[in-house]
Amino acid sequence: MQPIYKVISKGYLLFSALALVVSPGIAAAQTTLLNVSYDVSRELYKDINAAFAAQWLAKNKEKLVINQSHGGSSSQAMAVINGLEADVVTMNQAPDVDILVERGALVSADWRKRFPNEAAPYTSVTVFLIRKGNPKAIKDWPDLARAGMQVIVPNPKTSGNGRYTYLAAYGYALQANKGNDAAAREFVRRLFANVPVLDGGGRGATTTFSQRDIGDVLVTFENEAALIDLEVGGGKFDVVYPSVTIEAPAPVALVERVVEKRGTRRVAQAYLEFLYSPEGQEIIAKHNFRPRLDAVVKKYARRFPLVRTFSVESQLGGWDKVRKEHFADGGIYDQIIVKR
Amino acid sequence: MAAKRRLRVLPGFGLSLGYTFTYLSLIVLVPLAAVFIKTSSLSMLEFWNVVTTPRVVASYKLSFGASLAAAGINTVFGLMLAWALVRYTFPGKKLVDALIDLPFALPTAVAGIALTALYAKNGWLGQYLEPMGIKIAFGPWGVLVALVFIGVPFVVRTVQPILEDLDTEFEEASASLGADRLQTFWIVVLPIIFPALLTGFALAFARAVGEYGSVIFIAGNIPMVSEITPLMIITKLEQYDYVGATAIAAVMLVFSFILLLIINGLQAWTARRTGREV
Repeated sequence: MQPIYKVISKGYLLFSALALVVSPGIAAAQTTLLNVSYDVSRELYKDINAAFAAQWLAKNKEKLVINQSHGGSSSQAMAVINGLEADVVTMNQAPDVDILVERGALVSADWRKRFPNEAAPYTSVTVFLIRKGNPKAIKDWPDLARAGMQVIVPNPKTSGNGRYTYLAAYGYALQANKGNDAAAREFVRRLFANVPVLDGGGRGATTTFSQRDIGDVLVTFENEAALIDLEVGGGKFDVVYPSVTIEAPAPVALVERVVEKRGTRRVAQAYLEFLYSPEGQEIIAKHNFRPRLDAVVKKYARRFPLVRTFSVESQLGGWDKVRKEHFADGGIYDQIIVKR
Repeated sequence: MAAKRRLRVLPGFGLSLGYTFTYLSLIVLVPLAAVFIKTSSLSMLEFWNVVTTPRVVASYKLSFGASLAAAGINTVFGLMLAWALVRYTFPGKKLVDALIDLPFALPTAVAGIALTALYAKNGWLGQYLEPMGIKIAFGPWGVLVALVFIGVPFVVRTVQPILEDLDTEFEEASASLGADRLQTFWIVVLPIIFPALLTGFALAFARAVGEYGSVIFIAGNIPMVSEITPLMIITKLEQYDYVGATAIAAVMLVFSFILLLIINGLQAWTARRTGREV
């Protein structure tokens, strides 16, 4: 049964975290840092960690071991609440950091102010991945709601990626209908009526679209779309930027309780600041996430076409409102998905 | 004192009973009690609202319906498998015997991905089935296929030892008394193996109800159509709604417990009828 499953995997995480904490005692004078992050940031942080550890060693003559733990963003937040000793968390949506403030005050309430850009060193945008040559002539959101279209989207109830897709479509519809809420709902209802499979996470949706040949269009993050082109690619897919889309900032935060207890505040702070440095931003851009530094944005302009965006805060009234109105049980998402 | 105590032939009754209860409590009852305690923070009305939303109800129907169907299919074909393995010798028999247990050992996610790859419209089987209008992957039929897969070993492994103990003399006697093959099967063989078959059915059913890993990849997870109950629980957990998740878990537990009780009762009844006490 899954709950037990979860408990076991959590126990395992806890155990590995304990092992990480205990090991420095053996290999003295080695500082460790645990970064608890979401699913698809694995490769990004592998590169970031290597670069930061090298810089730290050169500056402070101290060997640094940075461990990473990845999984669904919300389950990762849950693991931290349940005792996984993360020095820093790097998530893909703000609610997964907010929950750490709410439950157990692990993160300081003003975490958004602790680092530049609302504590999000990079962002991504929601884009369309279509089959080569665009046989269904997909250009913008309304095409996705057309009759007979098959749209692949990860489950908004279980994945941040899916949540952003839903909100992007909803935000587009609000703009297109001059803020008419009923019309926006009708639009997302029609769009989700075209979804034949709701995979648990972003990667699952990618597999369904690229390996199982299901669907005319995959709605996903820009970085994920770029990765598919690279990995499965062979020129089988194209990326389409809609007229307007949602910006998905990836928030980072220090876990105050843990850095206090383990005495790692200085290095953890430096680690997160490194993400904003030119070197860190460069690595971020290489992994197809949109960097914040203008110089780096310019350098990689070809990878990141200009696109009109809105954010959850700017157009949808913030995450708290979105969570209550759209994703709570019986909320707008539940209503449209059951009616489809 | 000593006179009041009934003497038992086997020593250690108190010790083993105590051990049984302690062990069961620690391993089974305490975690399950936690589910009910967590749920009890909801009022009756809230609880009722959570567990009876149409989407959740649709998921019960699919989860329990598909699990019962899968256990039924496995009972019929599991019996045939066990029969073939016990009664005949053929080349590669040992290999087949070992293969039966594979669904036990395979991580369920791997099974789910393999089945999806097989039955998707570009898969080995899917490419022939879909043009005929048979859509297995990403729908309720996919759920059934996955549950049949993971339940295969249970019936085979419960019936096999009984069949091995069943002397062919019974069947010979039945034949020499004039029964045809079908009569021999229905009147002589089936009553003897029936309790074991039921056990296998119950195990396969219980396993299927709780299955998540393999189903999630092949189901398509469309609300009202192909969402299983464990997915509804995960969905609640992803929203940090622990209480809602445990409420649905509690309903599942009660349902499963009742069904298993009925199966156990049926088993005891058939055993008595065939003159063997349990």
